[in-house]
Amino acid sequence: MTETFYYIVLGLGASFCAYRAMISKHILPSTLYLAGVSALVTITLYLLGAYEVAVIELSVGAGLVTVLLVYALSVIGEDVVDPTSIIPKPLAFLLVAGIGGLAIWMAYPLVIHPNANGEVLLANVLWKQRALDVWVQVALIFSGVMGVLGLLSEKVHPQGQETQIHEVQAVREEHGIAIQIEQELHV
Amino acid sequence: MTLTPLNAVLFGVVLLLVVGFYGLLITRNLIKIVLVLQILVKAVVVALVLGGKASGNLGLGQSLAATVIVADTIVAVVALALAVQVRRRVGTLDLAKISSLRG
Repeated sequence: MTETFYYIVLGLGASFCAYRAMISKHILPSTLYLAGVSALVTITLYLLGAYEVAVIELSVGAGLVTVLLVYALSVIGEDVVDPTSIIPKPLAFLLVAGIGGLAIWMAYPLVIHPNANGEVLLANVLWKQRALDVWVQVALIFSGVMGVLGLLSEKVHPQGQETQIHEVQAVREEHGIAIQIEQELHV
Repeated sequence: MTLTPLNAVLFGVVLLLVVGFYGLLITRNLIKIVLVLQILVKAVVVALVLGGKASGNLGLGQSLAATVIVADTIVAVVALALAVQVRRRVGTLDLAKISSLRG
């Protein structure tokens, strides 16, 4: 009963933080609320017994993503304001209520009769049963990072390059002419 | 309907999903859309671990959740980089204004 109470409090707290992150007009408070959601989700995962995923979620979700969002805001230069919605809010509420009902209807039969098979270690599942897609993930991460570096890099304007080359050539020509004049004077 | 611990987690997951979908529908700011996607992915991560625990194979649920976290982080990084570039070139992060641009 105590465990159920903890899960209810954590679920309500995470949903409250998510709601505050969503309705906040400025992005910076939303980012901090998102970090709060991440921390509460981490505690839920830990209580469920998923210790490794809890650690990953805490370091990536509450740490890296928060830093990335704050960095993006600092690059943009100002705290942007979220404009008002195009979709009418009652329509959006009806749609998500339908989705929520559908999710409960589909998932509830699974959790009322939990199956207690023998536990398999995460390392065995990740590195022995799912070795191929883990390596695909590594390749994806690498390509994603390279893509971000490409997106964030500043392009050198080709005209600027040409101008620099012409300037260097002009300086060399002037230097050559000066040497010729010096030689003629000496002769 | 008895409220077992797994039921309580399921209701928390559905609440997070509902808030995330609602935010996705009403948000117009590009950075905030990335933020709302993060909320949705957190709900999915808890759902995967819950499914693994309920089916008696927590390791598989955990490994899938780790996959989702990694992929989602890449998505967030690329989306934020794109949002910064859009802001530099177009001058706004409003989806309605960006989608009305031509050429």
